[in-house]
Amino acid sequence: MAHALADDQHGVTIPRQQGPLLQIQDLCVEYVLESGIVEAVDKVSFDLNPGEFLAIVGESGCGKSTLVFGIAQLLNPPAEVAGGSVTFLGRNLVTLTDKDLAAVRWKDMSVVMQSAMNALNPVKSVGAQFKDAMRAHGVTSQKEIAQRSAEVLKMVGIDPVHLASYPHQLSGGMRQRSMIAMAMLFTPELIIMDEPTSALDVVAQRSLMAQIKDLQRELGFAVIFVTHDMSLVSHYSNRLMVMYAGQVSEVGPTRKLFDSPHHPYTAGLTDAFPSIRGPKLPLTGIPGNPPDLARLPAGCRFAPRCPKVMPRCTTEPPPQYQVEDTLVRCFLYDSDGGER
Amino acid sequence: MTDGDSQPGPQRAAPGSEPLLRVERMSKHFKIGNTISRKALHAVDDATFSVGERQIVAVAGESGSGKSTLARVLAKIYEPTSGEIYFQGKPVSKIRSRRARLAYSRQVPMVFQDPFSSINPVFRVSHGVMRALKLHRPELSREQRYAEAVRVFETVGLNPGSEVLQRYPHELSGGQRQRVGFAQALAMRPKLILADEPVSMLDVSIRIGLLNVMVKLRDTEGVSIIYITHDLASARYVSDRLIVMYAGNIVETGPVEEVLGNPRHPYTELLLAAAPDPRAPLNASAEADRGEPPKVIDPAPGCRFRWRCPLAVDECQRVTPQLRELLPHHQAACHVATADTLTKAFV
Repeated sequence: MAHALADDQHGVTIPRQQGPLLQIQDLCVEYVLESGIVEAVDKVSFDLNPGEFLAIVGESGCGKSTLVFGIAQLLNPPAEVAGGSVTFLGRNLVTLTDKDLAAVRWKDMSVVMQSAMNALNPVKSVGAQFKDAMRAHGVTSQKEIAQRSAEVLKMVGIDPVHLASYPHQLSGGMRQRSMIAMAMLFTPELIIMDEPTSALDVVAQRSLMAQIKDLQRELGFAVIFVTHDMSLVSHYSNRLMVMYAGQVSEVGPTRKLFDSPHHPYTAGLTDAFPSIRGPKLPLTGIPGNPPDLARLPAGCRFAPRCPKVMPRCTTEPPPQYQVEDTLVRCFLYDSDGGER
Repeated sequence: MTDGDSQPGPQRAAPGSEPLLRVERMSKHFKIGNTISRKALHAVDDATFSVGERQIVAVAGESGSGKSTLARVLAKIYEPTSGEIYFQGKPVSKIRSRRARLAYSRQVPMVFQDPFSSINPVFRVSHGVMRALKLHRPELSREQRYAEAVRVFETVGLNPGSEVLQRYPHELSGGQRQRVGFAQALAMRPKLILADEPVSMLDVSIRIGLLNVMVKLRDTEGVSIIYITHDLASARYVSDRLIVMYAGNIVETGPVEEVLGNPRHPYTELLLAAAPDPRAPLNASAEADRGEPPKVIDPAPGCRFRWRCPLAVDECQRVTPQLRELLPHHQAACHVATADTLTKAFV
């Protein structure tokens, strides 16, 4: 499946290399609990091209963080990958040993966590943490470490004097930026970001997004960006993937999903935030809550909240339909219009 | 008790009608450093504004702008360093007795940002609201208290109230927990709810439900709300008036549509330009701004936004700008702003 990679916002076309960087095939993640097995990610498949910016959006508990942790092989019990494959640079990460994975992490793929306050070690200076990561990958020269650490910190707009600072001495925005700087130590091919901006306020959020996009353009890494705030990525991502209850409900070019959402859930999400300009309209959001993954509805998982629910939706799970360049999991796009 | 009419302020309401809450030149400074240090952090400086009956006033600004400190002073968690707050015409600093303090807390409750830590996890959610009712409305019998708890739960959209009351906090979603926070406040028959970023920790898709609860409380229960947020779009959705704060100062205030449609202060423009809006094209100049609000420690005179302001002039270095009424009911604290020419610093 070919994806339009033209970055229409900035008029930059991302160079296309041979084949996708990352291929996810039928990835399933389960939580094995005493009360039974909960499928948090259910057969998710997608490809990511080099230099692409993919945003994954959805409400809390829809499995978006579990999915990226499954991709990065960072799941802890009771969660585990139950099936499928994650092919990154030609190797299946699911079957790699811990030692081989350690070599891939930071070097080829790095992860920026949601809360930098918890992800950074509070009793070590920022520079010491950079040093740890570099040493783990065989960089021993003090000079090289100091030089590279200062370089990446400058890239994210932080004065290198802060290498000596401890996390609590930095503002929330600076902490997130230093996490991103750390992720770039080895200029990886892929950076996974799990809600890196959700603890920041709008101005810091906006400048961090712009910075990520600038760095991406400059260095050419691919980004998987997880967020619950669709409006945040509207101008930055090439492709948008909407998740609901562990499944992909719609995936396609970002602009398309905003301008003409196909899935009723995507439409609900795009209508959920008030506008700062234009007419002031009363909004309702999406009524109800996402389903409990241990007790999923029989048919479509969104059916209980769906404004366009049909009799068929409550009994039969919908497959994904190809509608132009988007994939939609909804019977509305069946060839007979869902009527059967 | 003396009333505050002897101190006419620059922002007095119409003669004869005292607003619900009036804040006069209120400052809150925190002493920092060691015991012999004389340094003070100016969290809020010289704040003057008022809140009317049945009014939602949004206070917007970045982290560190002093908006949460402002709410905490209003909740009497902190005492102001100087200035005075008048609630229903009476100065709040004169509240001394436990009874008067309780009465004030009853009328001006607070709803916190984090719905995960603001409810006691070991009790059913009925515990908080029933205790509040027992403490603040002792005239009610046990049955009446329960009926009232069910009523406030259903008012904020927790249906059926009798069932939700029996749940534990961990059995509720973030949005539902935040509704419990509003229900607890509402149980005390408040006049003014202080809501400190009540939706910022919730998913975007459920925020709107809570904003609608706030509108409902104003329209059907007659409650005023001070809504603290960094999200101007949600401020526009719920509020009547907007106060924009920067580094402890109020920099712009007025009717919300007027301020957002016709911003006078460059900082308001920056906030507006930074708000993510999928329906609008990307704004390049707001991206250029990588600044953060300064920590205001023993400040010298001058505008505190001048380091980030593209329009700063010499005067901004020397003179602290005061709020000036540039348009009817619309004030801005900026040397450069005028009534008719748009500054267009960031938009």
